[in-house]
Amino acid sequence: MTKELLAVLLTAILTQNFILCRFLGICPFLGVSKKFDTAIGMSVAVILVMVLATAVCYPINQYVLVPKDLEYLQTIVFILVIASLVQLVEIILRKYLKSLYNALGIYLPLITTNCAVLGVVLLNIGNNYNFITSIVNSLGGGVGFMIAMIMFSGVRERLETSDIPRFLRGLPITLIAAALTSCSFLGFSGIVDNIFR
Amino acid sequence: MEKNKALSHEFTKGLLKENPVFRLVLGTCPTLATSTSVASAIGMGIAVTIVLTCSNIVISALRRVIPDKVRIPAYIVIIASFVTVIQMLVKAFVPALDVSLGVYLPLIVVNCIILGRAEAFASKNPVLASALDGLGMGIGFIFALACMSTIREVLGSGTFLAGIKDLLQVFGEVDFNGFTIPWLSEHPMTIFVLAPGGFFVFGCMIALANRVAERSGRKCAELNGCGSCPMAASCRMTGEEGRK
Repeated sequence: MTKELLAVLLTAILTQNFILCRFLGICPFLGVSKKFDTAIGMSVAVILVMVLATAVCYPINQYVLVPKDLEYLQTIVFILVIASLVQLVEIILRKYLKSLYNALGIYLPLITTNCAVLGVVLLNIGNNYNFITSIVNSLGGGVGFMIAMIMFSGVRERLETSDIPRFLRGLPITLIAAALTSCSFLGFSGIVDNIFR
Repeated sequence: MEKNKALSHEFTKGLLKENPVFRLVLGTCPTLATSTSVASAIGMGIAVTIVLTCSNIVISALRRVIPDKVRIPAYIVIIASFVTVIQMLVKAFVPALDVSLGVYLPLIVVNCIILGRAEAFASKNPVLASALDGLGMGIGFIFALACMSTIREVLGSGTFLAGIKDLLQVFGEVDFNGFTIPWLSEHPMTIFVLAPGGFFVFGCMIALANRVAERSGRKCAELNGCGSCPMAASCRMTGEEGRK
């Protein structure tokens, strides 16, 4: 069991990295990765919301939608649950954990329409994971997101000072740098199968 | 006459001048993820176009009814309903496309092109103009996806339009199932259909679009932090320096 969970965790972090292999959550990856501290803030907020969203959506799917044969409503229900959950978390943080709110608050509304959050909930259900595995998969996805953001913020800080051909400046070179970063994650393919199976 | 001209402008601006992918840099996730083959890219493009046009029509018709404070959740519900309809149609009529798009089909809900157009255009303009805007933007999205996926499929797997049979079978039996490119199919550059190839081709396409735009005297596509994000207005973070 532990071995399986570890395999799911490592797959989500390395071989099936949410940003660099599955293309989920590209907007924040390109938008807020310019500086190290914004990258960290955003990723911590994403980890928090991903795990919470899975923890809430899994029981709703399992005990409400599936018994009533309402699986076709999954998309609508999940996006609404995630949107209200994000609002709720924001309100709770603002009231009780002021310091955490100051650090993460600005990133929370952005996450409502982040495809990584809805994506992880749908992937967990598509893969028929149980509750614990779903949580572990979300956690892994979030940590993978964080690793990619942190790595890439380092790459972008270097790009700032380098001499780039005129038409590649700005967005194009950022995407090409993302391609190279993503290449490095290709190196992990097969690692999970070889360690655990 | 003047009115017709304005309407046709709403339609044509999305094709090239304000192409959602290459100029406005919206909807990057589905662009990168579904452009591995032309057939799935076109399928995705058509699905997004239908959802975009329908949601633009409904949102524009309801623009005086929806209270300003809850507009984003209201838009999301409208979009999600149309996505659910599309999901059911695709599952029933083009099951192969459902398999190849996988999780990206329901993820049309959070596609920033749709929410972005709802927020920037449909909430302020009459129904007909919004419908044309949605259709034009959708066709611009199909065009961008077709460009990306042609490059990636030809170089990455040495085929062109492979698997198009699954899409065409909606209209009846067809024998056509794409071309195989002689030398490339034996020695494909697989990296192009993998994740790095997606980022690379997209970067090159944006550079090309910038070059063309500059020639005709327009600004380069800029990534101004979260400026292109549809949530920017409701969010206190404007741009990367927005932390105040």
